Amino acid sequence: MIRSEVLKEIAPIIRDQLVVCNIGLPSQELHLIDDQPSNFYMLGTMGLASSIGLGLALAQDKKVISIDGDGSVLTNFGTLPTIANNVADNFILLIIDNGSYGSTGDQPTYAGKKTSLTKVAEACGCEQVVECQAEQTGQAIKDALASNKMTIIVSKCESGNVKVPVITMDPVVIRDRFMQTVKA
Amino acid sequence: MTISEKIVSDFVANDISFVTTVPCKQLAGVIDAIDANDSIYHIPSNKEDEGMGLCAGAWMGGKRPAIIMQNTAIGVTINTLVTLTQYYRMPLPMLISYRGELGEPVACQVEMAVHTKALLAQLNIPTYHFHNEQDANELDAILKHTFMCNKPVAILTDASFWKGY
Ligand SMILES: Cc1ncc(C[n+]2csc(CCOP(=O)(O)OP(=O)(O)O)c2C)c(N)n1
Ligand SMILES: [Mg+2]
Repeated sequence: MIRSEVLKEIAPIIRDQLVVCNIGLPSQELHLIDDQPSNFYMLGTMGLASSIGLGLALAQDKKVISIDGDGSVLTNFGTLPTIANNVADNFILLIIDNGSYGSTGDQPTYAGKKTSLTKVAEACGCEQVVECQAEQTGQAIKDALASNKMTIIVSKCESGNVKVPVITMDPVVIRDRFMQTVKA
Repeated sequence: MTISEKIVSDFVANDISFVTTVPCKQLAGVIDAIDANDSIYHIPSNKEDEGMGLCAGAWMGGKRPAIIMQNTAIGVTINTLVTLTQYYRMPLPMLISYRGELGEPVACQVEMAVHTKALLAQLNIPTYHFHNEQDANELDAILKHTFMCNKPVAILTDASFWKGY
């Protein structure tokens, strides 16, 4: 399973939650599969999906799912200790770990080599860290939502991309409709 | 009231309740005052771009954020300021220690100081410079301005303002 197949499978599970989605193909794919005002698409700023999601979860009570990538977590590694030490039980960090910088042509990341993001998250102090195969991602999200406990999910999937159009929506429109959903 | 307490009381008066920090020696007092204030959630970040991500999320969640950082962090955060804070039009007061100005004992700090205002100007970031203690009387108006216009705004505070390094 590649990332776009994972997203297709989890779309019905996450469509009623607040979602912060990673830059590049993940946002473009989610936008194509199931565009929702409750999706915050990142158009730039690689690495900050988890930080934005954590800030949002700490500021209000609704559940927040950040869809991140292995490369983006590697580039903002400092996020994991911050998450571990500022527990928000309404926060789920889903790391789609395809072992590559998918959006830029699947160059391999260290997460696909010797580095285990699951173990790093645990070592940083995250208490509920779940590693699963791509096929189990939907169930892992359902379990995390039901647990009411902050959860980091590392979903191991294959690298590979499908062709999707870029998002042309204005960033202020994305942000404004997202904020209306947060407030609703 | 110390100057640090005055700054924090202006934060609170402007409903700022979510503050992220990366320390600077000059900012130690204001960070202590943030910690001592019950109405502010203090979330230290490991890098200032991460902190700006946290602030973006908190603001979309209905809280008014602020970041406290050193001017060297301008070099760390340009991409985030441009592609997140400015691109999505989000407010962010940035209380910045302006290292490398008169009284600076660490030569390396001058290297970033000479670029600080030029970079902020290039980014079209409204910039205020506190040099004398009474300059802080404008803080309340600067904070209101920030949340009125939904922009990142820089408040540079130099060694003279903090009465030494
Ligand atoms: C600072 C910066 N460096 C590089 C890029 C280019 N870039 C955009 S997305 C991306 C890959 C992200 O990889 P990952 O988080 O694993 O997500 P994937 O696309 O694999 O799902 C890169 C390198 C960028 N946008 N910003
Ligand atoms: Mg990847």
